[in-house]
Amino acid sequence: MAKAAAKKTAAAASPSVDRRPALAGRTTTATGVKVEVLPPAERISLRAPEASVAALSKALGLTLPKKPKTSASKGGRTALWLGPDEWLVIDEGGNDPLADCATVAALHSAVGISHRNIAISVTGPAAEAAINSGCPQDLSLDAFPAGAASRTILGKAEIVLLRTSNDAFRVECWRSFSDYVFTFLSEGARDAAG
Amino acid sequence: MSGAFRIPRAGRLSQAKTARFSFDGQSYTGIEGDTLASALLANGVHLVGRSFKYHRPRGFLSAGAEEPNALVQIVRDDARKTPNVRATVQELYDGLAANSQNRWPSLSFDVGAVNDLASPLFSAGFYYKTFMWPKAAWKSLYEPKIREAAGLGVSPDKPDPDHYSSRYAHCDVLVLGGGAAGLAAALAAAETGVRVILADEQAEFGGSLRFETGAKIDGQDGFVWAQAAIAKLTAMDNVRVLSRTTAFGYYAQNFVGLVERVSDHLKAPGHELPRERLWQVRAKRVVLASGAIERHMVFANNDRPGIMLAGAARTFLNHYGVAVGRNVGVYTANDSAYAAAIDLKKAGVNIAAIVDLRDNPTGPVIDEARALGIEINFGRAVIRAGGKLRVSSMTVQPKNGGGERTISVDAILMSAGWTPSVHLFSQSRGKVAFNDETKRFVPGTYAQDCVSVGACNGTDGLSATVDEAYAAGAMAAKDSGAKTAKGTKPKVDASESWSRGMLGAAPGAGPDTTVKAFVDFQNDVTAKDIRQAVHEGMRSIEHVKRFTTNGMATDQGKTSNMHGLAIAAETLGKPIPEVGLTTFRAPYTPVTFGAIVSHARGPLFDPTRKTAIHPWAEAQGAVFEDVGQWKRAWYFPRAGEDMHAAVDRECVAVRKTAGLFDASTLGKIEVVGPDAAKFMELLYTNPWEKLEPGRCRYGIMLREDGFIYDDGVVGRLAPDRFHVTTTTGGAPRVMNHMEDYLQTEFPHLNVWLTSITEQWAVIAVQGPKSRDIIAPLVEGIDMSDEALPHMSVREGKICGVPTRLFRMSFTGERGFEVNVPADYGQAVWEALWAEGQKHGATAYGTETMHVLRAEKGYIIVGQDTDGTVTPNDAGLDWAVGKKKTDFVGIRGMARPDLVAKGRKQLVGLKTKDPKVVLEEGAQIVEDPKQAIPMKMIGHVTSSYWSQNCGRSIALALVAGGRDRMGDTLYVPMPNGVIEVEVTGMVFFDETGGRLNG
Repeated sequence: MAKAAAKKTAAAASPSVDRRPALAGRTTTATGVKVEVLPPAERISLRAPEASVAALSKALGLTLPKKPKTSASKGGRTALWLGPDEWLVIDEGGNDPLADCATVAALHSAVGISHRNIAISVTGPAAEAAINSGCPQDLSLDAFPAGAASRTILGKAEIVLLRTSNDAFRVECWRSFSDYVFTFLSEGARDAAG
Repeated sequence: MSGAFRIPRAGRLSQAKTARFSFDGQSYTGIEGDTLASALLANGVHLVGRSFKYHRPRGFLSAGAEEPNALVQIVRDDARKTPNVRATVQELYDGLAANSQNRWPSLSFDVGAVNDLASPLFSAGFYYKTFMWPKAAWKSLYEPKIREAAGLGVSPDKPDPDHYSSRYAHCDVLVLGGGAAGLAAALAAAETGVRVILADEQAEFGGSLRFETGAKIDGQDGFVWAQAAIAKLTAMDNVRVLSRTTAFGYYAQNFVGLVERVSDHLKAPGHELPRERLWQVRAKRVVLASGAIERHMVFANNDRPGIMLAGAARTFLNHYGVAVGRNVGVYTANDSAYAAAIDLKKAGVNIAAIVDLRDNPTGPVIDEARALGIEINFGRAVIRAGGKLRVSSMTVQPKNGGGERTISVDAILMSAGWTPSVHLFSQSRGKVAFNDETKRFVPGTYAQDCVSVGACNGTDGLSATVDEAYAAGAMAAKDSGAKTAKGTKPKVDASESWSRGMLGAAPGAGPDTTVKAFVDFQNDVTAKDIRQAVHEGMRSIEHVKRFTTNGMATDQGKTSNMHGLAIAAETLGKPIPEVGLTTFRAPYTPVTFGAIVSHARGPLFDPTRKTAIHPWAEAQGAVFEDVGQWKRAWYFPRAGEDMHAAVDRECVAVRKTAGLFDASTLGKIEVVGPDAAKFMELLYTNPWEKLEPGRCRYGIMLREDGFIYDDGVVGRLAPDRFHVTTTTGGAPRVMNHMEDYLQTEFPHLNVWLTSITEQWAVIAVQGPKSRDIIAPLVEGIDMSDEALPHMSVREGKICGVPTRLFRMSFTGERGFEVNVPADYGQAVWEALWAEGQKHGATAYGTETMHVLRAEKGYIIVGQDTDGTVTPNDAGLDWAVGKKKTDFVGIRGMARPDLVAKGRKQLVGLKTKDPKVVLEEGAQIVEDPKQAIPMKMIGHVTSSYWSQNCGRSIALALVAGGRDRMGDTLYVPMPNGVIEVEVTGMVFFDETGGRLNG
């Protein structure tokens, strides 16, 4: 108990500077679609050969998906398949996947990218159309059901797209592209509403 | 009243809903649902334009997208002036204002019409011949004048205030064309449950059911059935119905581009709706139901206003309730014109005569026309039309010669038959085949997963069309994965059917060579021009097309291609299929730049990347420069300072105390894995295996050819982990270069690359006071020179947040680069700034960074190198591992030319007059007294005023440069020759003591 309390106090004492996420709080709505910037999350880029997947899955507390365009989610943590040896792991529960991977001896590369990406949620019945304003993928529920994930493009920016439910998407992009991506999605939302 | 030519009880528009509009300043009244064409015709206006080359008066030829003549300018306001709008497509809205084009001073009196009299000058291929002499006049006189005279309409001169949108879509079955065939196919596919998109260019679906009064489907009038069908399709979840949408291009793998005209038909579109929406559709199967286009008859003066296609006149009557004249002549080579004559006659319009080129045709429409008392003349031709601004007569002659008879008319309807619209099929790379019996090109060999149905497939008759289309729609659905079909095929109760018609020039088109019998109205090509092209040696139809311009430009030969081909074939004495058909090009009809650009304008033209520290720099009044997509702080002017004053102050301050610089845009790659060092050995010239964790090294990356590709400082964080930095502009390509080699050449290495450019904000703190500024904020890192020497890296905390702290210098001063997670970038910068203020530190921008590094002779890849510079050329031999046996570029670097004497080498230059600053890019010569062109031996790559040196400094690539130390060279400039001395590249602190100063 005492130890936990001390740790908590130490965490509260630092940092001495504030975190200023890009686009914090930005949101826009149109008929049938809402676009909003999501709060910061912990993220890692995970690379590993097939042989390490089991050990990493265990350490991360979820089963790393092995099929293209899929993701796995558990306890606020989601792993998105991006390539045969590549996952984007997002933790919205305040736990650090980088620390979890650090305990794994099996061959892998885990690199912290919590600040590299920002996330924008696009929700509502017109969300699919809003994203299709600049994303050439087939986002119908058959081709891209809830849980589907893909690294793709929106206009001239690279994004990672995750369908969190039938009417909701999470769009991840690099920090400096976030203004472009948010603006593009806002334009798409305006048109999808029409 | 909406016009004297509106027929009561005819057409489908509601007379009650009127709309005011203007044409060339004159006010008129039309009806909602009119096109500009039908509204003008209702008011008796036929003269709407002047032709492209001869400025001949022109009226409406058609009632649709194939219109070559009635191109007008639609003016909504000062910024919205759209040229070349087809009046037959533009829907009327209250307040519409249109102007005619290509005339001066007025439509009825056009000075340019002198071209018509001077037409021998403008015959086929005239621009290749007439203006050839004197040669010099082409550039100065002929070309500018021709360009001024050419082109139709006036481009808008203000930014387009409208917005355009885009949408990607996928479907199982894409049906293009919404006539009877398209609707039947769409119904069949949709009933299986697969995803269907149905598009039609018209405001209302139905295609030729708009005018075919004889069509009955499922017990209803054809057009009524079409509206019921579209209502049914619209209500289905698996169907997207797009009206006012033109499929303009058919690309690889069933990728089709369509433009939806969203608001051009609205009186006040408002700001929410886009003007147009670009649809990019990927379909598993495509059903082409694009119909057929009626051909005109080729005879003398067949372009006079009032002469139009028979089907168009029928559309104007049966859909819009407009009679195209009061005393109408008909000239035909097939049955469809009879139907037009019958409909008009029944509506109370006098039919002066039907002139039929055929000898003794029979059929129900002929009988019906005769029964209505219409005069019919078989085996005769209209050899010319009378009238100028409007047709006034037609002169008729037996087709094999004989007495002429002139009949007064105020309109002539013509039909030479119908041409299947194979444009999209041809764009899909399908090969057409000539049907000798019906004399038409129809889809032959398919190149993609598509099928043609109905008139565009050469299928005649409504019943056969619906059968074919319904079956094709069901098959397309099945092929794209449909399991069950549960619909019923529409039943055709009555239909119209037409026989074949003719191709080429009719008797009225010559062989007399002075008459103008138009083949291509939009490009002013006559039958004579095509014959002349053949006589002048053109044999291929592609050459005839280019020589005459027949079928070119926005028209794409919709009405003209087959006539042009037939005349060429006849003149050549060859059968049509041997002469061949020209290739149809996208777009089918013109597409606006706005639709193509769609969202990519203004802030969405290209991503504008800003660092986490950008807001601070902006608040400080920094001036920014574009570096790739990044905005970088260029310099930080204080009150009253210009750029030079600001940069001089920043440069001095950094060397005197310290400066803060936002280096966040530097590319950063984390290289992780047990083989990380092995990989680095292969990608960089330098040795890495022995670099200890916690130390850094300046690395050079080459291409396979041995030239410098990128550079940057690399820190080893752990035995299996490197933090690599790249140039700002090089970040993406360096990552690709590394990934490419890793995957293709070195796949055996256990190493992975992750871009961390945006994970870390980077604050460079440089100058003698840099450590004093940083130290108070750092936890867990010993900042002493012993513990943290130059070129080392530590992980710890600053301001309580994680940092990768590099001790490194791009200024030659003691320096650090503080990496912090990007969201903390600005706050840590502010904390460092506050510390810096205690020591008189300055913020500096990229210009000062450039000057300071040049004072030290540090190169910038891409400025001091240009892709032809080796490490040796750049004086960087020391960075190439001498004992290394392999790395990318090692063999390239050993090529004879790359080790030859006399290569351009990077050196310093000092102007003899220290106040003179050389121009970057200026050429360098040995002897300025040589004759021009002088022998250039090099050029200036970097040049600045250095306040710290009290003089100008420059870097240059000079042939054999390192052997010329102390030599005087010359830089010839427009205002005189500048003398320079060749020096070493280090201008400041040659011993490098300040790195620890």
